[in-house]
Amino acid sequence: MTDVKDKPDGVGFGRVIRKEDARFVRGKGSYIDDIVLPGMLHGAVLRSPYAHAKIISIDTSVAEKHPKVKAVITGALLETLNLAWIPSLSHDVIAVLATDKVRYQGQEVAFVIAEDRYSARDALELIEVDYEVLPAVVDAKRALDPGMVVIRDDIENKKDNYIFDWGSGDEAATEAVFEKADVIVEQDMLYPRVHPAPMETCGAIADMDPISGKLTIYCTTQAPHAHRTLYALVAGLPEHKLRVYSPDIGGGFGNKVGIYPGYVLSVVGSIITKRPVKWVEDRSENLMSTSFARDYHMKGKIASTRDGKILGLRVDVLADHGAFNNTAQPTKFPAGFFHVFSGSYDMEAAYCSVKGVYTNKAPGGVAYACSFRVTEAVYAVERMVDRLALELDMDPADLRMKNLLRPEQFPYTSPTGWEYDSGEYPRALQLAMDIAGYEDLRKEQAEKRANGELMGIGLSFFTETVGAGPKKHMDILGLGMADGCEVRVHPTGKAVVRLSVQTQGQGHETTFAQIVSEVTGIPVADVEVIHGDTDNTPFGLGTYGSRSTPVSGAAAAVASKRIVEKARLIASAMLECSPDDLEWTTGRWQVKGDPSAGKTIAEIALAAHANLELPEGVEGHLDASCVYDPPNLTFPFGAYICVVDVDPGTGKVKVRRFIAVDDCGPRINPMIVEGQVHGGLADGVGMALMESIPFDEDGNCLGGSFMDYLLPTSLECPSWETGETVTPSPHHPLGLKGVGESATVGSPPAVVNAVLDALKPFGVKHADMPLTPAQVWRAMQGRPMRTDLAIQ
Amino acid sequence: MQVNMLVNGVEVSDDIEPRLLLVHFLRENLRLTGTHWGCDTSNCGTCTVWMDGTPVKSCTVLAAMASGSEIMTVEGLATDGELDPVQQGFIEMHGLQCGFCTPGMMLSARWLLDHNPDPNEEQIREAISGQICRCTGYENIVRAVKWAAAHSQKSDTREEVGA
Repeated sequence: MTDVKDKPDGVGFGRVIRKEDARFVRGKGSYIDDIVLPGMLHGAVLRSPYAHAKIISIDTSVAEKHPKVKAVITGALLETLNLAWIPSLSHDVIAVLATDKVRYQGQEVAFVIAEDRYSARDALELIEVDYEVLPAVVDAKRALDPGMVVIRDDIENKKDNYIFDWGSGDEAATEAVFEKADVIVEQDMLYPRVHPAPMETCGAIADMDPISGKLTIYCTTQAPHAHRTLYALVAGLPEHKLRVYSPDIGGGFGNKVGIYPGYVLSVVGSIITKRPVKWVEDRSENLMSTSFARDYHMKGKIASTRDGKILGLRVDVLADHGAFNNTAQPTKFPAGFFHVFSGSYDMEAAYCSVKGVYTNKAPGGVAYACSFRVTEAVYAVERMVDRLALELDMDPADLRMKNLLRPEQFPYTSPTGWEYDSGEYPRALQLAMDIAGYEDLRKEQAEKRANGELMGIGLSFFTETVGAGPKKHMDILGLGMADGCEVRVHPTGKAVVRLSVQTQGQGHETTFAQIVSEVTGIPVADVEVIHGDTDNTPFGLGTYGSRSTPVSGAAAAVASKRIVEKARLIASAMLECSPDDLEWTTGRWQVKGDPSAGKTIAEIALAAHANLELPEGVEGHLDASCVYDPPNLTFPFGAYICVVDVDPGTGKVKVRRFIAVDDCGPRINPMIVEGQVHGGLADGVGMALMESIPFDEDGNCLGGSFMDYLLPTSLECPSWETGETVTPSPHHPLGLKGVGESATVGSPPAVVNAVLDALKPFGVKHADMPLTPAQVWRAMQGRPMRTDLAIQ
Repeated sequence: MQVNMLVNGVEVSDDIEPRLLLVHFLRENLRLTGTHWGCDTSNCGTCTVWMDGTPVKSCTVLAAMASGSEIMTVEGLATDGELDPVQQGFIEMHGLQCGFCTPGMMLSARWLLDHNPDPNEEQIREAISGQICRCTGYENIVRAVKWAAAHSQKSDTREEVGA
């Protein structure tokens, strides 16, 4: 079904230019801030300058007198609406506007609504807030120290900053493995706090129609349906009077999954002013207050035999969740999918524990293309494997090859209970090594080392875990993780497909048309994709965790197959034969043994809408729908190799080459898949070398603008070298696995392993990301620093 | 205060607040929303437009400073409905995903090609290095500019504007 050679041009899978590009290259996209509604007002948020402070008083009287201000909203007003606090995505609450205390720098304190953007900002300056500053909890490692100030005194009887303990795997069995192991290596490591930082920040326009009572929320959301239901549940708004409309989105990467206070404030603002209210955050607001990612302090411990057979792995995590526990992941899993941390290797036992703590930092934690913390898991295991290789004095490629899961082990049940669907791991690693010219690189490195030059070669092998549900195991606040899809073939044979997921640049308007085309034979150009509008699409949980292709893509495939099956019955009536006498060729049912007698999908569609007498039980028209509840996750994988040169004088790292072999099953559109891989690789270079949000001792955020939060440009990125293997998923109707986050998940350890490989002559065993010139230089001196704190 | 400028070849004038940024003047007063805003600190370059033939970051230019100037935005790239080779190159080589940084990237690319019709990879990377893209990892942007270089006609009218 996936061999494009069998199909006419313009049908099905293959390299097709994107439908959405026509508007984007003309500057005619429609992003949230491009939308202007009649009578629209502008909102701006007053934010806390302190990480932790008691609010003594808020005086908005001067701001309210500003000639262009229409309203000022404070927490006190929200309390009267029971909206000062709303449920978080993780059994906690978040403050929409602070009432008692501010708990992180940048927290929302008041909301001004004015006639224009500049006036709203002006009026923020006119609000007087009297704070009593409290000590801030900045170091997660000290959050549970006795006598530490309690951040969440809003929770009854709360006496500490503890959130949860959680574990997975067999602890006793893992400890038993360590007892008998020849070699044990331990390593502390930090995956620092980073931020998805999409080019477009978050924003919303709320438009309450006071006559019909219908509220339309235009919003930068990756999950419009989930948002609508949550608004209905939390605010008591009738769901049929709620429309969430997600326009073109300028990048999401997990940043646009959650419901932020600004969205809620726009809604309240529109209800109060009876006019549309737009709120779009600025870059500092985005970096300082919306969903950060990672912030995992990990203690790794790996066991092996003397000859390098990995026996077991243990990772104990201290998770910094910020001031509110608002991580976005399936309800059952407070550490997301971190417990897939045994990765791509065959081992007897594995155990992880995760302890969550509050600090005076912004909430979040699951974002930035992380596949629900598979990113942290892959980093942990891939660093530990490299640490083991160092200890055993083995080549890290040999060590990996020796321990990778073998094809015959699939479907494979991991020590923590995951069932990996399919994989041919050694083949992918070998291909990456072939593209890299691995042996030659090692020879070159040896020569360079002899000359005092610092060249490093780093590997990582990752197993992704994407496409959540199934819904019996996975839900977000009780909403099962399934997705709907509706396909309708118009009388003339053109089609429309309606999705519950929402693109943020992934190209759904093209790839979902290709899925429908692949199955029905209707040309890609003739399939229109509708998404992002809850009034016009079926319910589903949305786009994050690389779940669009595995879940919604499966829904589209199944709905399309139902179209084809219905078309068969209609064709049999048209051809006056039994359905069993028909065979399908692309886009056409024909009589077996008589190819001249057949009906195309367009002819069938017209007949389905005309006066043809249909077989009993067959309704007219040619449409179908599907709600897809995936039987399992999908497990894309890949092998990455990074080559770096380090300047011994400055510590500056240059990524010279990056080889990425990805296996995401069959590729709907190889051009788009490759593009997604490229973007994720740049993320990896950014996180490994540049990106982090540290804090000073007072809890001041030191990564609050693009002057401080450094993102990779064209100069930091090499020309990516990509390769492909194809191992279909056995349970997805088209074998597809998803790829959106693979490279972001898989690439950071390859870069870090490469840099540390370059620093091997200095005896450096580990240094935490980001490996900035300062960090590398300090590592060379034997003093790598903590990257989460500005004070050492 | 009164400002007058030539935007994409059209004379515009407006009475504005002196503090109004060029990016907001273009987007809100003229409703040319192809120019995007991304950071406030001149780091991301998504607001890049041409002012008198030179790319500038319009989030750090006052509209007042642009009075009397010629401005070109992404909406001015196509000629009589015909896409500029840079625009076509971005489509052909998948040089964009979410599309947010794309207008600024294309304007820098056009400027580069007007001054260096056959740039090598290093020159292309240098030319777009003041702009951030979070989706593409830059590889396909480089390929798009190369495609445009290979398909640009030497007699492009914009060469005079950009020179």
